[in-house]
Amino acid sequence: MSMPVPLTNTTDTTDTAATGLSTWQIFISRFATHKMALISAFVLVLMSLFVFGASIMETLFGLDPTQVDLDHRLTTASFTHPLGTDELGRDLLARLLRGGQVSLIVGLSAAVISAVIGTIVGLIAGYYGGRMDGLLMRLTDGVIALPLLPLLIVLAAVDLNKLGLSESLAQNPDIDLYRIIFIIALVGWTTVARLVRGASLSVRELDFVSAATASGASDLRIMAIHILPNVVTPIIVATTLTVGNVILLESVLSFLGLGIHPPVASWGNMLTGAQELVWTAPMQVVYPGLAIFITVIAFNFIGDGLQDALDPKATRTSD
Amino acid sequence: MIRYIAGRLVESVFVLIIMSFVIYALIGLMPGDPIDLMIKSDPRLTPADAARLRAVYGLDQPLLERYYNWAMKALGGDFGNSRLHIRPVLDVMGPFMTNTINLMGLSFIASVAIAIPAGAYAAIHQNSRADHIINLLCFAGISVPVFWLALMLIIVFAVLIPILPASGVSAINGGGFIDTARHLVLPVITLTVFSIGSYTRFMRASMIEVMRQDYIRTAFAKGATRGQVVRRHAFRNALIPVTTVIALSFGTLFSGALITETMFAYPGMGKLIFDSIMGNDYNMALVTLLLATLVTLLANLGADITYAWLDPRISLGGGKSAKTKGGS
Repeated sequence: MSMPVPLTNTTDTTDTAATGLSTWQIFISRFATHKMALISAFVLVLMSLFVFGASIMETLFGLDPTQVDLDHRLTTASFTHPLGTDELGRDLLARLLRGGQVSLIVGLSAAVISAVIGTIVGLIAGYYGGRMDGLLMRLTDGVIALPLLPLLIVLAAVDLNKLGLSESLAQNPDIDLYRIIFIIALVGWTTVARLVRGASLSVRELDFVSAATASGASDLRIMAIHILPNVVTPIIVATTLTVGNVILLESVLSFLGLGIHPPVASWGNMLTGAQELVWTAPMQVVYPGLAIFITVIAFNFIGDGLQDALDPKATRTSD
Repeated sequence: MIRYIAGRLVESVFVLIIMSFVIYALIGLMPGDPIDLMIKSDPRLTPADAARLRAVYGLDQPLLERYYNWAMKALGGDFGNSRLHIRPVLDVMGPFMTNTINLMGLSFIASVAIAIPAGAYAAIHQNSRADHIINLLCFAGISVPVFWLALMLIIVFAVLIPILPASGVSAINGGGFIDTARHLVLPVITLTVFSIGSYTRFMRASMIEVMRQDYIRTAFAKGATRGQVVRRHAFRNALIPVTTVIALSFGTLFSGALITETMFAYPGMGKLIFDSIMGNDYNMALVTLLLATLVTLLANLGADITYAWLDPRISLGGGKSAKTKGGS
């Protein structure tokens, strides 16, 4: 998990008529000037190919992420095990790839769900204003004010049987995945909510909204068709940055034994018990964390690049 | 001003009450309950005994009633006993709190002392090589998983070059000041790296924003030197929003402390929370979680008040200030 990254919210649209370029072309050319964002996008595409092609790689090289081999524990890199094996003799590379699937799936889905919740809350608060705004923003501030990680630990430790879930559902191997996505989304929507609310507040004062109101459009229609498209920029940027944060949260919860449980591999749970491994097999500790680090920093750079590209006011190059 | 503070105080108390109920309910949903634990430790207990014990402890009552009973006792200062420490929870917390205050305080001072000048420097020399390097380091700090950073520091400074202790708060036989300080080095570095990136970025963004203001142009027009403008006008004004943001990030810093303490087996409040949740120490978990929430709320309250106090442009008319904060 990490500290929030400063964001600016503006709803300016680039003056397309003057340059003769489409908004899309301007976006591409602006994004391309952000070197780190470009490299990051490349790295993430490559990583996704490897991670989601894991099953192909496994059959091709005869690797198995769950095959325990107690005769070959903690071996170093070899031909059969390119990165060596873990403390149960399982292939480290295969587990890294499988762990990557978990991280990317959790990161993307929790971020998207957060964005949806945040957009709904922000739109309603910003559009209706007044008491509704006050109430929703107090709620948002309240959630932001909470010590996030301790709360997530409690949420992750909740006994699903006590919640009334049936035994078979609570034992479902995918339940870890759903649960962690759910609890992270439950607390992760606040950034988007605040940004969307701020942007909606200014958009609703514009003439086309008054025109729509005058012609009898419903509130829902105005929010969905007139306001939402104009607040998409902050949503995209904040969602991208949220992905990185979610991956960090997932990894630390799994590391603490509260997220994804073994034998399913995740980058976080591959490091559970690593405090002992630092003395015997330090390289085992390096790989999973490095994978988390690279993925998270890539999402953050892309978020930064998107912000520069979509929001002309906040560009690093403008002076 | 006083009305504003009073209003925010009432609000915080309200949030705290709601959170105490939420946390109470969540703790009740954790695996096992006190009676299960008693049955495990004493096999002679029959199901009938268990039911009677549940009635004695009031565990058969509805959630709201249990919460009310707990809250009334808590208001009287009775938070129950810790299961793991077998003492009243309030007696246990003292040393843990001191340790956390040391860790968080030192890291906070270190990261602010580096982040504020670094952020200001990057802003003034926007797009220079130094700015790019600072920016890159900030991204690295924001993106690194704290628990892995701790592991890497242990590998480098305790395993490869064994110059620092990898865990604990002091050597077994006490050790004295130097020893305590040596045990603090790696945890403090970890927590500092965790927070420094976003602080620096906030300072840089704030400084750039301020340098665009009209009063800065006025100061230049009046013939002030660059150094004067930066020091007297830009730097001070840039600090106002940064102060708020830093105070608002207290909850995040505490989350970082929880991971750091767990990694270095450092007996602080974060590790206490984690251990009590994992060890079914319900009373302890409740109190420590509530305390963490309370302190975070107080930090936020402090942030809002200092912001209002530092920036005369902020109007304190209740709803209005909320609008200027989030809007446009």
